[in-house]
Amino acid sequence: MACQGLAKGETTNTLKAESESLKAKLEEERAKLHDVELHQVAEKIDALGQFVMKTRRTLKGHGNKVLCMDWCRDKRRIVSSSQDGKVIVWDAYTTNKEHAVTMPCTWVMACAYAPSGCAVACGGLDNKCSVYPLSLDKNENLAAKKKSVAMHTNYLSSCSFTNSDMQILTSSGDGTCALWDVESGQLLQSFHGHSADVLSLDLAPSETGNTFVSGGCDKKANVWDMRSGQNVQSFETHESDINNVKYYPSGDAFATGSDDATCRLYDLRADREVAIYSKDSIIFGASSVDFSLSGRLLFAGYNDYTINVWDVLKGTRVAILFGHENRVSTVRVSPDGTAFCSGSWDNTLRIWA
Amino acid sequence: MAKNNSLHPNSNGETDDSPNMLVYRKMEDVIARMQDEKNGIPIRTVKSFLSKIPSVFSGSDIVQWLLKNLCIEDQVEALHLGTLMAAHGYFFPISDHVLTLKDDGTFYRFQTPYFWPSNCWEPENTDYAVYLCKRTMQNKARLELADYEAESLARLQRAFARKWEFIFMQAEAQAKVDKKRDKIERKILDSQERAFWDVHRPVPGCVNTTEVDIKKSSRMKNPHKTRKSVYGLQNDIRSHSPTHTPAPEAKQPTEEELREQIKFWQAQLDRHRLKMSKVAESLLSYTEQYSDYDPFLSTPDPSNPWISDDTTLWEMEASKEPGQTRVRRWGFGIDEVLKDPVGREQFLKFLESEFSSENLRFWLAVQELKRRPIREVPTRVQEIWEEFLAPGAPSAINVDSKSYDKTTQNIKDPGRYAFEDAQEHIYKLMKSDSYSRFIRSSAYQELLQAKKKGKSLISKRLPAVVQSC
Repeated sequence: MACQGLAKGETTNTLKAESESLKAKLEEERAKLHDVELHQVAEKIDALGQFVMKTRRTLKGHGNKVLCMDWCRDKRRIVSSSQDGKVIVWDAYTTNKEHAVTMPCTWVMACAYAPSGCAVACGGLDNKCSVYPLSLDKNENLAAKKKSVAMHTNYLSSCSFTNSDMQILTSSGDGTCALWDVESGQLLQSFHGHSADVLSLDLAPSETGNTFVSGGCDKKANVWDMRSGQNVQSFETHESDINNVKYYPSGDAFATGSDDATCRLYDLRADREVAIYSKDSIIFGASSVDFSLSGRLLFAGYNDYTINVWDVLKGTRVAILFGHENRVSTVRVSPDGTAFCSGSWDNTLRIWA
Repeated sequence: MAKNNSLHPNSNGETDDSPNMLVYRKMEDVIARMQDEKNGIPIRTVKSFLSKIPSVFSGSDIVQWLLKNLCIEDQVEALHLGTLMAAHGYFFPISDHVLTLKDDGTFYRFQTPYFWPSNCWEPENTDYAVYLCKRTMQNKARLELADYEAESLARLQRAFARKWEFIFMQAEAQAKVDKKRDKIERKILDSQERAFWDVHRPVPGCVNTTEVDIKKSSRMKNPHKTRKSVYGLQNDIRSHSPTHTPAPEAKQPTEEELREQIKFWQAQLDRHRLKMSKVAESLLSYTEQYSDYDPFLSTPDPSNPWISDDTTLWEMEASKEPGQTRVRRWGFGIDEVLKDPVGREQFLKFLESEFSSENLRFWLAVQELKRRPIREVPTRVQEIWEEFLAPGAPSAINVDSKSYDKTTQNIKDPGRYAFEDAQEHIYKLMKSDSYSRFIRSSAYQELLQAKKKGKSLISKRLPAVVQSC
């Protein structure tokens, strides 16, 4: 009936207005506690000296763009994946390739090393996340032992083992994240809340915590409770896609890299954005970010082929690293913080220290 | 100026702010400033032998302008940014196919907005064929095909053998139109057209800046804006490129979704927040505490394996005998002990000596439970219950009655989080009680006294000469 339709329309509009006014109120509340800027408080600490950061190893072997990489807990091995469908395990210290797998799809956008060092997970345009146990026998065909774990309805953008070889957390172009039991392939928990592709996730570095953060094309960074599947905190200040999210080592904050050419720091206790890392001369998107062990430095890879190193507390840039000949797609600091690895569309990976 | 590119609001008032467009807009803002009459780069016509070189500026001019107007401190950075803008085709060297910026007298010219990447060009090979073909019809030495172009032309002739006559005719027609133009105008247009193809069919070995991230390309907001036809070969119908799907209609949230949103905002409003000043102090003190452990801030002892090619550091860490710096770290907080396997071992040993290890063992067992395959969980839950919580349990732990009741309920339908409340309670207990005793214990203090001769050397990184390679 006509009047029912009218009532429904009014309800939706009223609800919308209510939602928006609550959101505005939240921003007000958040702003009230903003009594000082991080970089102002950081004025009292010493500035960092000039850094000598060089490429210490160059890993050549991929036939196309490197899209993702991850470190093994042994601090020297890495796994990398590429647009050409290849996933390679390297001993980055010696630059030797130890294993290679060819995926049935191109654009393998995500890869991860298992905590035990005995398996790797990867996926991309196949919408799946598959786990490959790493065999000591070099002749063994790794592809034969492949186990399909996650199934999404769009590309797999990121994957990460939790503290165990037995669970994998994934994010996807279908707008969701999901937690999977590796052995059975069972979906343990799904996370809904993003309104567009989810591009990245990172697990909180806590012995007791059960949370992770995700970022996506809806410009939002969401914090999730793994147990309940609930979105517990949300931040929306970027002006374009969030390509990468990483926790600050204490777990109280996280950084993001975005296509709006900025990186930002969000603190969970302050419940707001607390720093922006940007420059007029940086106009290309940041694809990937990671912290040094103490959290003082933020390494960020950009689509302008460079890596910028930021002083997290003072907000200034302390170094710009040239070397890659195409976009930097991934940047990860090693488990003991002695180096970081960058992967690029120039088909190579570099280890910097 | 014709503003028919996708950076300006369309009839719906929507600007395309997809990631690619965002960057193009920024570069175009810079270009607009570079072309500003007062503060831009002076464009001039240069006399050369018997002819004139119209509408040029030098590479150095660009570098100087960037340094001054974009607050860039470093010439290398200015050169890099300029090279990127050239690689995207916003300005180009007039005598080179390779789109790079040189900080010298090399001449550059601006690209015409018609050819800007923000117009979503995806020129077809048939157009490229027409272009190369018409180039062969021109007598000027400076317009001769480069080797890679000649190779491309040969390949295209084979690929389009059947319609080559048509392509040839188009090329002829284009050449005719070109000939009619004013000489100076023609020089400029020829170079701009060539630069356009240098972007879309780059010299082998050069980066193709038109390559897109597949995750982004499928979300192009205006698939209809794709331009494929340079020479009007197609009807210039805005056909969909395979990677483009029409952008989904922005979904209106449902009533239920709105109610969820409202609940969410309300929950967020109830959250307890800390003042920024407190948060800042906390961040500062954390980084301060760990800066000795950060290899980028303090040189590791004996050396960083990546720099020295010596793996002693890793060998030391793998050994069961923890060094002083490692032991000191356990004192930062209970988490440091729990996450270091050697720390856990020492903590456990200490508690066993006090006959109070059941709390830690319970905590470790629950952590381990969460790492098991889901199939093994029910059995394991039962085992943990029997060992630690059941009446008469051999390693009985003390939890508050609320957690105990909840746990009793949970194990009826055992899941990975069956012991979550109990574990949290035990963690708090360990943190306030057992952990502090451990840190004060003689066992820990002994480990803390350096076993190695002399103190560990932790040297701050010395200020050094400029970075990167």
